[in-house]
Amino acid sequence: MADATAPFLRIEGVSKTFGTFQAVRDVSLTITKGEIFALLGGSGCGKTTLLRMLAGFEEPTKGRIFLDGQDMTGVPPWERPVHMMFQSYALFPHMTVEKNVGYGLKHERMTAAQRADRVRDMLDLVQLSAFAQRKPHQISGGQRQRVALARALARQPKLLLLDEPLAALDKKLREQTQFELMSIQERTGVTFIVVTHDQEEAMTLADRIAVMDRGQVQQIGPPAEVYEHPATRFVANFLGSITQFTATVTATNGKETRLHVPAFGSEVIAGTLPNLVPGETLTLGLRPEKITLLRDRPDGPNVIAGEVKDLAYFGKDSLYRITLPGGDLLSVHAVNARRGGDSRPDWNDQVWLSFAPEAAILLRD
Amino acid sequence: MRARLSHWFNKRGWSDLIIGLPYVWLALLFLLPFLIVLAMSLATRTPTAPPFGYGGENPILNFNGYARLFTDDLYIRAFLTSLGNAAVATILCLLIGFPMALGLTRVSKGWRNILLMLVILPFWTSFLLRVYAWMGMMGRNSWFNQLLTDGWNWLTPEGWAVTSLPLMHSNFAVVLVMVYTYLPFMILPLYASLERLDPALDEAAMDLGTRPFGVFRDVTLPQSIPGIVAGGLLVFIPAAGELVIPTLVGDAASPMIGRVISDEFSSARDWPMASSVAVALLVIMVIPTMLYSRYQARADGAGGQP
Repeated sequence: MADATAPFLRIEGVSKTFGTFQAVRDVSLTITKGEIFALLGGSGCGKTTLLRMLAGFEEPTKGRIFLDGQDMTGVPPWERPVHMMFQSYALFPHMTVEKNVGYGLKHERMTAAQRADRVRDMLDLVQLSAFAQRKPHQISGGQRQRVALARALARQPKLLLLDEPLAALDKKLREQTQFELMSIQERTGVTFIVVTHDQEEAMTLADRIAVMDRGQVQQIGPPAEVYEHPATRFVANFLGSITQFTATVTATNGKETRLHVPAFGSEVIAGTLPNLVPGETLTLGLRPEKITLLRDRPDGPNVIAGEVKDLAYFGKDSLYRITLPGGDLLSVHAVNARRGGDSRPDWNDQVWLSFAPEAAILLRD
Repeated sequence: MRARLSHWFNKRGWSDLIIGLPYVWLALLFLLPFLIVLAMSLATRTPTAPPFGYGGENPILNFNGYARLFTDDLYIRAFLTSLGNAAVATILCLLIGFPMALGLTRVSKGWRNILLMLVILPFWTSFLLRVYAWMGMMGRNSWFNQLLTDGWNWLTPEGWAVTSLPLMHSNFAVVLVMVYTYLPFMILPLYASLERLDPALDEAAMDLGTRPFGVFRDVTLPQSIPGIVAGGLLVFIPAAGELVIPTLVGDAASPMIGRVISDEFSSARDWPMASSVAVALLVIMVIPTMLYSRYQARADGAGGQP
């Protein structure tokens, strides 16, 4: 048994090439025991290929994977202490729920009674004891998902891989299942790796997220860090929404930076990046919820004039599209804290926008 | 009145006509002939034309034909030979066809189309021509027979050496040609049922600790049972009633049931007896098929295929 501080799963410079297509490029990351780790990215970003390499269905073209200190190179799927919950669930249609859950246990050295006990425990865990004798096509999609989870957990894997675990469920069920997954993970203590294209799913489920694009890991960090401090423009765009502007550094004091943003028609103050020099061009990003929308000009820095071009009223909040002095559009999210429509800006109203210096995201690439 | 009629016809008539036509076809060309054969099997043989009759000095219903099925061992032996040859041919088709069908599902799309084409290619030449080709190959002087003879002489002790193998006019020849002829009927339904299987199921089984052969036994095989049964029936039923192949390459001393029916009709001119044999053959074929469909229907109701 490796000690608790050592990385439980270590992926070292893993690449995978199919013909001339590079699905995964030089990915390195470590995952600690008991963590829920999400691989987040659009389709074709290499997240599923990476997952399949962890399960043993694909061998890395380059690089190595260590699980609990053991090199996984050349270890076939059936010998890995890694189980997978498939996107399609892949339940055996000719077996009952009970047989599906117990399937992996026939390779374990245990008595029939122990096996039956384990199956019962697993079915209790996912609250499906009443459906033990049903066939997969006789239960609902959400129940199937739980059977798949119980089956994957039955052999007590060191690592559980979940391929788009919630994609096939409808919205209501998805939210409920999300919390169920988290509580099951807490109770079993198994390390989870979740592959998903859904940023909300990744943010609510995961302790840490790796955002992938074109086979490469763009950023790894806890959800709040990846959202609030995206490392690249891709990450900033992929998680939540953001409006990006070109900005030129006019002055910096190592703590704050003055930037000229042509789209705003004025200078603004933002945080800083390492080694900024005046004259450098970079990207300034603003998330819609970080901007305050006002009818009267406020005091302080970072005040921009604008005109409401479009608005969408959602009840608890509204989304505005504001035309800036330079003609660009900026999205602003405003919470409708007060009742009564008079105070809310309407179409074609002149408004003032302001944001705190630390709310602006500076991106170099 | 006419307007109402044409209204009804436009509303229901076309769909009824289209649905009804196949049933009319089946009733006219399958059910009616079968009833005629059934009626003939209960008639009495007479030296008239047609050579059977009812009533008069003969009994109205004559069960002699059916009685002879159980007493004359010619018929029992013919049935056993037929069922035996058909069973061996079906099992061989399954053993050869299963890996081929499985292979078809595992190759690339381009190869799959080429290989599927090769499976059905033999149908493009005359069936008789292909049987004659086999007759030539199995003949005592053919290269094929010589090849097998050399193999036999090399494998067996000195004293067993032969100059050629008596391949023709044997059950071996019948089974060989039947396997060759009916193999596509096994491969195609098997392929259809294997192709539908989700490859993720194999991966799931592997992921849960099962080695590749175990995956085949636990996942692929149980799910392909409908395909195996369909292919089996498609091979077994025509093989058991086969007339041409046993007539051309078979052993005349132990005829198959198709040959017996044909002989009773033409040379013996005993139409009631021939009909009895035909009805018996049909019953033997239909009962297992019906049992299977009932089992299948029950499995579908309480599980089985989604």
